[in-house]
Amino acid sequence: MEILHYDLVVIGAGNAALCSAIAAFEANSKLKIAILESSPKKWRGGNSQHTRNLRSMHEAPTDVLSDSYSEDEFFEDVFKVTKGQTNEEYARFVISRTPQAVEWAKKHGVRFQPSMRGTLHLGRTNAFFLGGGKALVNAYFSYAKALGIDIFYEHEALELILQDSRAKEALVLDKQGQRELLFRAKAFVLASGGFESNLDWLEEAWGQRARNFIIRGTRFNQGKMLRSMQKQGAKIIGDPTQGHMVAIDARTPKYDGGIASRVDCVSLGIVVNKRGKRFYDEGEDFWPKRYAIWGRLVANEEDQIAYSITDSKVQKAYMPSLFEPIVASSIDELASKLELDSLNLSQTIEEYNAKVIDGKFNHTILDDCHTKALEIEKTHWALRLDSPPFYAYPLRPGITFTYMGLAVDKEARVYKNDESLYENIFAAGELIAGNILTQGYVAGFGMSIGTVFGRLAGENAAKELR
Amino acid sequence: MSLVKIYEEGIKSSIICNSCRYCEGLCAVFPAMEQKRSFLLEDMDYLANLCHQCSECFYDCQYAPPHEFNVSLPTQFARIREQSYKKYAFPSFLSKAFDKNALLTSLLLLLFLFLGFVGASMQKELDLSTHGGDFFVLIPYDYMVGVFSVVGVLVFVLLLISIMSYAKAICLPKFSLAIFMKSLKDALSLKYLGGHKNEGCTYPKESRSNIRKYFHHLTAYGFIFCFIATNLGAFYTHFLNLHAPYDFTQLPKLFGFSGGIMLCLGTAGLFVLKILADEELVDKKSVKMDYAFLIMLFLASFTGLILMALRQSELLSYTLWLHLSTVLCLFIMMPYSKFVHMFYRFLALLKFNTEEAH
Ligand SMILES: Cc1cc2nc3c(=O)[nH]c(=O)nc-3n(C[C@H](O)[C@H](O)[C@H](O)COP(=O)(O)OP(=O)(O)OC[C@H]3O[C@@H](n4cnc5c(N)ncnc54)[C@H](O)[C@@H]3O)c2cc1C
Ligand code: HEM
Ligand code: SF4
Ligand code: SF4
Repeated sequence: MEILHYDLVVIGAGNAALCSAIAAFEANSKLKIAILESSPKKWRGGNSQHTRNLRSMHEAPTDVLSDSYSEDEFFEDVFKVTKGQTNEEYARFVISRTPQAVEWAKKHGVRFQPSMRGTLHLGRTNAFFLGGGKALVNAYFSYAKALGIDIFYEHEALELILQDSRAKEALVLDKQGQRELLFRAKAFVLASGGFESNLDWLEEAWGQRARNFIIRGTRFNQGKMLRSMQKQGAKIIGDPTQGHMVAIDARTPKYDGGIASRVDCVSLGIVVNKRGKRFYDEGEDFWPKRYAIWGRLVANEEDQIAYSITDSKVQKAYMPSLFEPIVASSIDELASKLELDSLNLSQTIEEYNAKVIDGKFNHTILDDCHTKALEIEKTHWALRLDSPPFYAYPLRPGITFTYMGLAVDKEARVYKNDESLYENIFAAGELIAGNILTQGYVAGFGMSIGTVFGRLAGENAAKELR
Repeated sequence: MSLVKIYEEGIKSSIICNSCRYCEGLCAVFPAMEQKRSFLLEDMDYLANLCHQCSECFYDCQYAPPHEFNVSLPTQFARIREQSYKKYAFPSFLSKAFDKNALLTSLLLLLFLFLGFVGASMQKELDLSTHGGDFFVLIPYDYMVGVFSVVGVLVFVLLLISIMSYAKAICLPKFSLAIFMKSLKDALSLKYLGGHKNEGCTYPKESRSNIRKYFHHLTAYGFIFCFIATNLGAFYTHFLNLHAPYDFTQLPKLFGFSGGIMLCLGTAGLFVLKILADEELVDKKSVKMDYAFLIMLFLASFTGLILMALRQSELLSYTLWLHLSTVLCLFIMMPYSKFVHMFYRFLALLKFNTEEAH
């Protein structure tokens, strides 16, 4: 078997991996560094290619962020969304380093959208990548290439081969050459994402239900490194069913549907399951805040399918979506198009319509339109469904990323089961997100964690090699 | 690819962009898309002409091929642009001839015109060695002025009709003088071919540069200079009674010479870039029209320069005929060729800037 020799091998090629490879080189430019990317060049960049923004605290307005957003407020947001299931020490550790993350990204060719466009505030809490995450990874790839870092596409790491508390080499499948080879190195950074693309593994955690999940991001995050480390006694944190899961259009392709598959109108209408029944308060809170809970809700319904239904009144109030809504001029027709029991559906809607208390509809505030005396109330934005045509979107659980991962210290070193540390294994990104998040999610935190820990992993690996 | 398919693809991509919006901030196209929830064919004619084919969004797109969503605005919009040129061209039968094979049609036309000039010249007894650089010894004054005025006026009218029907189709809103001037500036500076913050665009390949913009500037301003030179020449002849040949201190010559050089360099540069361009960015069909236009512009300027150089020689007659035919050919092509892009783009910018101001 062929053996390739490097000082540092970075496994993965998303945001976290690229940040660590570049940071390692900048800490020690003599290092010979390799990046292993399981995907072909055209699909490179993992889930990071699908991202939109990065959340960052800041004391004062910057060119890419408006107003200010303090560490405390940022932490509050994380705390609320995760229902307190966050590691405060680690969360604050990451949050306090986000301003440097933005600057670092800019310095390495990532471009952000200006915080203001016309009079519109784009981002107070989040800095938006110009061109999105693919532009970001492209910038990092060309930066890394210019530094002389070797990038191996279609090279999937299968196993990390350990000796005591050191990693010796990685067993790698060269998919093009259909052969296995060994990458031997003095240190390794694991930044190969979660295991959300691995349906078998999802099924282990979720049972049969997982077969109906749609994977919003890359098909290449198969969790091979996590599995390999788990088998060899690394400390694993988090629950395999936890992750970021949203309700997306059921017609989305199985992988890489990305952002465009979102359905934006859930809070404006009602959502019914396969039996034509409502199952949760659609008006609980603003959509961005509730966005992340609906994936799990739908996952727990029969056949993992649900339907968001609105009428023509609110059509202008939500983002246009990639897929055409299913339109019908009557409830009966809608039921037949959705293959729902027509009696059940009209009963649900009649009951709902009867219990709506009139108010002043305003989808930009928590308004006073609500229902009264329903088994499951709708607490805001409740309008009668009575103005045809009716619009419906089928919903399925769309999994963004998983939280179960490797435990790391604040130098991005990987823990063993016995609480000691591996000497030369570092990890970053989605693979360690569970150190900070255990449920729920605030938009933009994934890229913050990846950038902060990616850099740490790279720098500390370089230090180790000095 | 069928007409329906061409527009369908563009609309499909626009809908995807509209629900993605990651490229907002790259150029004018994305904010313009956001004004709409659904897209008519005319909307596509507008958006496609607003796109500068800088290709930035292609490399940035998470849905670019091989993704099954197959979003590729630069190529899809190039295809639609070509259709839009045809759609509003008047009379449309002539545009069909250029559509079939732009380059062949123009070369045939060129040959035909060349023979016409030769024929006209033959009516005179020629002593090729004693012309002293005076064109009218070679071609009858009336013939030359006659042909060019008739063609000129006709072309102007036909262009105007096309431009107006395009303006009507895209529903050009009422604009102010300030917006007109801003749009003119955006057009003349090719704002959206400079990428974000003028850092350049990803053309011909993935890495960023402003080179296409510079070559286009040479082409466009070279053309404008030549146009000015021609008009100045006519003015000098008719009103000042100053006849060609002019020397380098006189304006017609100054504009003509510098314009000719710029146009040659610019078109040659654009030609080379086009050959180097990433295969995925150029649409094979619409690109033929670009080539035909580039080649004709190059020939017109190149023969003009040769003419200057060979003024005193015996070859003058042939070069003169050739130059006049290329220029005339270019004129005739105008309403049906890529030439119209400048007007359509300008109108698109005008619409965009007006809407943006509200
Ligand atoms: C649609 C979508 C939108 C999102 N939007 C945002 C957002 O706006 N802001 C935000 O902060 N977060 C967002 N996220 C979450 C964000 O994508 C992740 O938090 C982040 O990308 C994680 O980065 P990473 O580098 O750890 O993993 P990834 O970017 O997924 O990279 C993992 C890499 O490892 C490679 N790989 C996997 N296994 C192997 C192996 N065995 N050998 C070699 N290579 C391997 C993969 O091919 C890939 O290149 C979004 C996610 C999705 C799916
Ligand atoms: C309103 C002013 C103008 C604008 C906004 C403009 C804009 C553009 C843009 C964006 C392109 C690239 C996309 C495409 O190929 O369609 C282009 C191409 C081109 N333009 Fe212009 N243009 C203007 C005026 C001119 C003029 C005056 C000329 C010369 C007569 C000219 C000659 C060309 C040529 C030859 C090409 C093809 C280049 C190529 O193939 O890469 N343009 N123009
Ligand atoms: S070009 Fe692609 S990434 Fe950009 S807005 Fe459109 S769909 Fe989104
Ligand atoms: S190719 Fe350039 S100008 Fe055209 S839509 Fe894309 S970013 Fe805008």
